[in-house]
Amino acid sequence: MSAAKDSSPGTGEAGHWGKDVRSDVHVAFETRDSGGVEISLESRVAPYYGSAILEQTREVLSELGVKHARVAIHDEGALPFVIAARIEAAARRGGISLGKRSLPEPHPVPAASPKDRLRRSRLYLPGSEPKYFINAALHGPDAVILDLEDSVHRGEKDAARILVRNALRAIDFGTCERMVRINQLPVGLEDLAEVVGESPDLILLPKTEEPEQVREVDRMIGDIKSRHEITRPIWIMPILESALGIENAFSIATASENLVALTIGLEDYTADLGVVKTTEGHESQYARSRVVNAAKAAGIQANDSVFSDVADMDGLRHWGERSRAAGFEGMGCIHPGQIRVIHEAFQPTAGEIEKARRVVSAFEEAQSKGLAVVSLGSKMIDPPVVQRALKLVERAKAMGAVS
Amino acid sequence: MSSERVELAHNAVGRAVPTMVNGKPQIPFLGTGKYQPRGRKAAPGIASSKDFPDSGDKRVADLETALRKCGLRDGMVISNHHHLRDGDKVAMLGLEAAARIGVKDLMWFPSASFPSQKNAIELMQKGVIHHIEGSMNGPLGDYCTQGKMRGMGVLRSHGGRYQAIQDGEVHIDIAVIASPTADFFGNADGSHGKSACGSLGFALADSIYADRVIVVTDNLVPFPCVPWQIQGNNVDFVVEVESIGDPAKIVSGTTQITRSPDRLRIAEMVAQFLRAAGIMKNGFSFQAGAGGIALAFVEYLKKMMKEDGVKARFVRGGSTKFLVELLQEGLTDYILDGQTFDLDGVRSMANDSRHVATSPFTSYNYHGKGNFASLVDAVILGATEVDVNFNANVVTHSDGRLLHGIGGWQNCLFAGCTVLALPSFRDRIPVIVDEVTTMTGPGEMIDVVVTERGLAINPRRTDLLDAVKGSRLPVRPIQDIKAEVEKICGKPARPTLGDRPCAVVKWVDGTVLDTIWQVG
Repeated sequence: MSAAKDSSPGTGEAGHWGKDVRSDVHVAFETRDSGGVEISLESRVAPYYGSAILEQTREVLSELGVKHARVAIHDEGALPFVIAARIEAAARRGGISLGKRSLPEPHPVPAASPKDRLRRSRLYLPGSEPKYFINAALHGPDAVILDLEDSVHRGEKDAARILVRNALRAIDFGTCERMVRINQLPVGLEDLAEVVGESPDLILLPKTEEPEQVREVDRMIGDIKSRHEITRPIWIMPILESALGIENAFSIATASENLVALTIGLEDYTADLGVVKTTEGHESQYARSRVVNAAKAAGIQANDSVFSDVADMDGLRHWGERSRAAGFEGMGCIHPGQIRVIHEAFQPTAGEIEKARRVVSAFEEAQSKGLAVVSLGSKMIDPPVVQRALKLVERAKAMGAVS
Repeated sequence: MSSERVELAHNAVGRAVPTMVNGKPQIPFLGTGKYQPRGRKAAPGIASSKDFPDSGDKRVADLETALRKCGLRDGMVISNHHHLRDGDKVAMLGLEAAARIGVKDLMWFPSASFPSQKNAIELMQKGVIHHIEGSMNGPLGDYCTQGKMRGMGVLRSHGGRYQAIQDGEVHIDIAVIASPTADFFGNADGSHGKSACGSLGFALADSIYADRVIVVTDNLVPFPCVPWQIQGNNVDFVVEVESIGDPAKIVSGTTQITRSPDRLRIAEMVAQFLRAAGIMKNGFSFQAGAGGIALAFVEYLKKMMKEDGVKARFVRGGSTKFLVELLQEGLTDYILDGQTFDLDGVRSMANDSRHVATSPFTSYNYHGKGNFASLVDAVILGATEVDVNFNANVVTHSDGRLLHGIGGWQNCLFAGCTVLALPSFRDRIPVIVDEVTTMTGPGEMIDVVVTERGLAINPRRTDLLDAVKGSRLPVRPIQDIKAEVEKICGKPARPTLGDRPCAVVKWVDGTVLDTIWQVG
């Protein structure tokens, strides 16, 4: 069962419950004038966590400044960060505790994300499905994306951003870069207001068409960061998914120094063109090349779209290999099963690595001898070739492909 | 439940267990390999061919007639096998016929019970059945753990059931054997017929040791029924019925691999462990069940076997299409199959002589001159809980409710390497605990616990720890994984259990390993 938006003032519901729901909770909230807090609880884990849930509910309500209310909880084994988010969302939908937050126990914030880190795979996690959050990092993507845009129903945006905020704060995402895909502006600004305080590593900005959109997001991030005294970077990755966005690729790519990559959304782009999206992708070849070129010209990464058939691993591998050949450095995944195939596809071949290492050692030898010209056997090696080889070896090391 | 006081004794693993169960004195668990059985095996009375028709035709009109002719009376033990699983109709047909005859206080002794047999509750309430000794889950399990059953439940492994019958701990008065194919003499086979289920191994002991044996079939063939998994020479009567079971529930059309990324990760890690530990080598053997993780494990292992050019000598079923594919692709010489879970398994057993039906006698019986279980190199099992000392529970939920039978689980612990493959928590409830609710397997026999957060190797197995040193496997102390999960879920409260025993868990040698207490 899903939460319907509240109808009468002072009441609100949030979350999900039912036989097929896992790791979520449904909260029905009703404020009242007196009588204190009254909680009813049904939970499939009641023998183990019943009293912990009651205690947590009281704490959360008290942090939200709620003194008198009836709260009905149907719990399907939700973790504490989810329970807190659902109670807060239900109370806010009841028009109560606006401006107040109840934040879960924080997990230590991981090290800041380097600008040019590996971004081969970024795993999309629907922002209103908490069951996928907790083990996402175990599958080893380079990044997780807590998604507030397409995977979240319009009526659920408010609850999802509270859930995503709590997830950023409470969940151990390991070495994954923690990305959030916000909604198109202006709704995306409300998303930023909720999540930026928890130091996500990167914000994905969908449907970017003008550099001004990037600058607006950048300014808002900057404002919130300074209010929260956050000094670490929060990067931006615009998603170009319209003909206009593609046309403006370079000006978007250079709109802020906090941009680390451009990416492309092919579903919307092909729809905008009015063409069919195919597995071969000829219809988007121009747009993809344009994105790669603009990104490289701006000195940032280019990242490919997702491959949407989760059962077709051969198709995914083929797509990934072509994508790498075209200059992309990674792509999105919509299922953990895609991660390994993508990593393999974006890994340089053994032959490429070997060749690059020979170039690098020739370069190092020339350096040590104080020679300006690098040569390998009888061939002279141009500086760009040396640069490419150095970068390839460094990348291969980061991927664990060479020691 | 009788109101008499139950005497308790503490066994070798510190569990309080009843010294008498259903009027019979019990031996508390003494430790693995400590109990020395003496005496001679049980045996049925000597029969004479003069009492059976020379024509070989042992058919009677119906099951009720057969039960009357067997001399059914109050207090008898009636047995069934569970090869037809949730599709079985024969067990309830027999018990309901007994109710019509008007007998009381039967002990029902199935090799396992299923939710479709929940009408047994009504027969217990009417007094027809006194109690059940056999796995109980779903409604039957709740009936037992709510303390409503008059006698005490006794849970035995498949091997333990054979042992109990063979040793005379349980004497079967009448065995009713559902048979997908049979002839009028009572030769019976499970691998053919519209209700085919593969092996009939669970009925073997019943056919040998019961006083009276009734074969019930919906596919009567002219003598001889070939192959005969059950020998007609042990059979008193043959009953033909319209249908012995619902084929859709006997075997699944196809068994499904899990789609859960977390469970796939566990399955792959198990396969990687077998490879890294050097267990996956030419001539090796393994057993895995039909659960989603086990099936996925077989697929991952198969890929690695191909990559490394490794072949197994044999694999143990429960067979599924995934094992059948190993056989057909030449990756194993034999399937030794205790039960058959899907149609591919049934077809393979019927048509391929390398797919061999086995029984709990050959596979699991601890009171024999060895059994196959200890010859298996690695076994992959599940559990509801495992504790920091590697003790595991498969029968109850952490709240004490009966959830599963033991099956072959205890017997399988004798394999060279026992692996438990488990998610680290289910519905916020951690799987690794301080102490298991019900001890079903002693930790000394459990070697590896594989979860999605890494794998823990029993510190006793220094050989395995050494073997995987330097591999990329996430090997971690079991306490580490437990602590991480408790950080995510919070430490669960321990539900309080009652103080009235309502069932016992037997070890493979017939001693009492633990008690299942009445819940709420």
